[in-house]
Amino acid sequence: MSTSDTRDPRFEGSAEKPRVAFWNDPEKRGYLFQIVLFLLVGYLIYMAGSNAVDNLQKQKIASGFGFWNNTAGFDIGQRLISYETTSTYGRAFWVGLLNTLLVAVVGIFFATLLGFVIGVARLSKNFLINKLATIYVELIRNTPLLLQLLFWYNAVLKALPEVRASLQLPGGAYLNTRGLFMPEPVPGDKFSIVLWVLAAGLAGYFLYGRWARTKQEATGAQSPVLWVGLGLVVGVPLLVFLALGMPLSFNYPDLGRFNIRGGVQIYPEFVALTLGLVIYTASFIAEAVRAGIQAVSKGQTEASHALGLRPGPTLNLVVIPQAMRVIIPPLTSQYLNLTKNSSLAVAIGYPDLVQVFAGTVLNQTGQAVEVIAITMAVYLTISLVTSLGMNWYNARKALVER
Amino acid sequence: MEENLAPGAVAGQMAPTGALAHAYVQNEPMPPLPPPASMVGIVGWVRQNLFSSIGNSVLTIVAILLALWIIPGFVRFLLTDAVWTGPDREVCLAKDGVLPGACWAFVKDRLGFFIYGFYPVDQRWRVDIFFVLGAIGVAWMLWLKAPRRDIGMIYFLIVLPLVVYALLSGKNPLAFLTYPAGMFGGGSIPLGLLVTAVFFLGGFFVARARNMEIGPSLAVGGGALLLLTLGGKALAGIWPLIGLAYVDTAKWGGLMVTLVVAGVGIVASLPLGILLALGRRSKLPVVKFFAVMFIEFVRGVPLITVLFMANTMLPLFLPEGVEFDKLLRALVGIGLFASAYMAEVVRAGLQALPKGQYEGAMAMGLGYWQMMRLIVLPQALKVTIPNIVNTYIGLFKDTSLLLIVGIFDFLKAIETARIDPQWAAPTVSPTGYAFAAIVYWLFCYGMASYARATERRLSVADKR
Repeated sequence: MSTSDTRDPRFEGSAEKPRVAFWNDPEKRGYLFQIVLFLLVGYLIYMAGSNAVDNLQKQKIASGFGFWNNTAGFDIGQRLISYETTSTYGRAFWVGLLNTLLVAVVGIFFATLLGFVIGVARLSKNFLINKLATIYVELIRNTPLLLQLLFWYNAVLKALPEVRASLQLPGGAYLNTRGLFMPEPVPGDKFSIVLWVLAAGLAGYFLYGRWARTKQEATGAQSPVLWVGLGLVVGVPLLVFLALGMPLSFNYPDLGRFNIRGGVQIYPEFVALTLGLVIYTASFIAEAVRAGIQAVSKGQTEASHALGLRPGPTLNLVVIPQAMRVIIPPLTSQYLNLTKNSSLAVAIGYPDLVQVFAGTVLNQTGQAVEVIAITMAVYLTISLVTSLGMNWYNARKALVER
Repeated sequence: MEENLAPGAVAGQMAPTGALAHAYVQNEPMPPLPPPASMVGIVGWVRQNLFSSIGNSVLTIVAILLALWIIPGFVRFLLTDAVWTGPDREVCLAKDGVLPGACWAFVKDRLGFFIYGFYPVDQRWRVDIFFVLGAIGVAWMLWLKAPRRDIGMIYFLIVLPLVVYALLSGKNPLAFLTYPAGMFGGGSIPLGLLVTAVFFLGGFFVARARNMEIGPSLAVGGGALLLLTLGGKALAGIWPLIGLAYVDTAKWGGLMVTLVVAGVGIVASLPLGILLALGRRSKLPVVKFFAVMFIEFVRGVPLITVLFMANTMLPLFLPEGVEFDKLLRALVGIGLFASAYMAEVVRAGLQALPKGQYEGAMAMGLGYWQMMRLIVLPQALKVTIPNIVNTYIGLFKDTSLLLIVGIFDFLKAIETARIDPQWAAPTVSPTGYAFAAIVYWLFCYGMASYARATERRLSVADKR
């Protein structure tokens, strides 16, 4: 806003102070304006606060966070930590938060995969692939996410058969309106050895990759990173697993008359929410990927070909590293959008933070101010932490110029 | 030109005429052969675009299989097997164990409900007029060669909202004009003072902006206050004679509510977003602090929590006796939410403007608001039109969240109708969602196409 640098140039350099009325002096006017704004905002906040206190007292609603340790008294279907109807509201909060994080992590993983595939497909020279990807993006991006969620939940998953007529999937899994019932893996005594070998394989793959990169940068000689990696991460653990006599059994779901016992149940709400979020966000990620790849100038590809690199290495060593720099900022905001959009769970009854806490807990306690404030604080924290992490990553990957 | 001749022609000219000339020496350049049949026409196109390599051929086959898997099912469900007419659910039930396709008869039967919600049937003409007036406003704004777009702007931003409010609710849209006088008759004193101050200062500053002295400007402010108050009083007197029946917002519903909310969001979010963006780029620390706090806070939380907040917390913050309509609360939530996103879009436009434009404006002796109004914003908004439209698309899609806070928008109308027992049939839900998707898609894709066309037009202008 107007400060000293908009001062009339005629007065510049002259010894005497310009004689202007204080409301015409940009600097003083700036101070005045800020004081007025500060008082106005302060007054609004004060009025809102005092009104809220008045209204809460009149409606006899308790304030403070005492409700946190009260008994919740309602049940939650999907939970990652133990939870009973006798648990506290605080416990319900954690159940909801973990469910939100679960759907966010799973959603981000699959949305990234699908988004990259579709983004690359949109740039394909193959006419059909290109058009199919374009149709996908234009169709999904231009319809509301909530509509898609309701469609997946009400029109697709609700149309699945009843428990008695469950669809039997290969591998002992069942699919019905109550969700997907899968065999639950039960690790045997020696299974931890396999996990240790797997961890060692991953570490070995990481070290080998670093060694190979250093070698390539020094000498130009390439190493079979992919095959060695596959051998270390998949091959060796698999051999150990077989050598130990396959120490892993499955607890198969058992189809009864009215219910299914055993196995792992994946709730239809979770499936619908994940499916909707993945399909919706992937279309936005695809656009970010396409824009990022197109931002790498054609000269880079041509120069790489001129140096004798084949199309594969050109993509891996020249185009993708430069494109990632452009892709990552919008990608981050899509990840955040996915996390925030997971709050639409409330429309299909998936017990996420908003549904459990800002829904049921708020209705039971009536403490709107505290509950909404906590909910918003959680999302704000997630947003800020992700932004900080991505800024750090961005700074590392930023173009280093002379 | 000789050096440009083809070798054959040169050889022909150089060859000595007469006895040494042999009949078999080619004097003329051979006409170029046509490209092989496999490289031109449909065959060539197919080879180049679909089967240029083994990998590409595999992709093509996969794509064809995928298309064959998806598209016929869609066409059969939506068109060929669909039920188009019928009075109730009977026509959409399975016949001989075979389910028919989409139940368009249901959509046809409930179309009025989808568009108007519970708006009284004999008053629906008012909504139709709203649609027509809105379409005129949108066309006036979007069609860049339309005559008098300045009047169109006033129509779209000021006249249309007031007229639409009057038309749909049947209430006097200018009732606030009577607040200053109402103060003395037992009306709300803060509101009266606020409106008085706005009228007076408005007149004063308009006069000052036209380079009037302080004395006459004060007179203009007083005159504006007097005129507006008297006019408001007169209008309030005439209003009952017009005889528009009052329709409570609880009866508004369907596509109409979606369009009203999206329209209000579109009209409100741009000016608010511009103010916030200017605030964020301001050199005054207090202004910048508030703007940054607001923008980052709103962008960091989901819309649904903002709507919950507007729904449950806003009534708590207001003094006793001030009632906020449910629809109005949602409008406040959506408007504030959209303006935070708009602020970031506008800020990007402001940042893209070269510094010389600001410095040039200052060198011309323009004040801050003159600089912004005449130099900076016209250019900054121009380059960012596609992003503004993209924000509008997001806003339009986000209006569907209103159903979660209990407002009867278009999607809620579909949700209500599809579980109506009169139309309980297996294909009714997918049909309802397909219809909703088509309607939302038409609006959003229309906006996206406009944004793309504008982008192309602007990039032509930038190529010098």
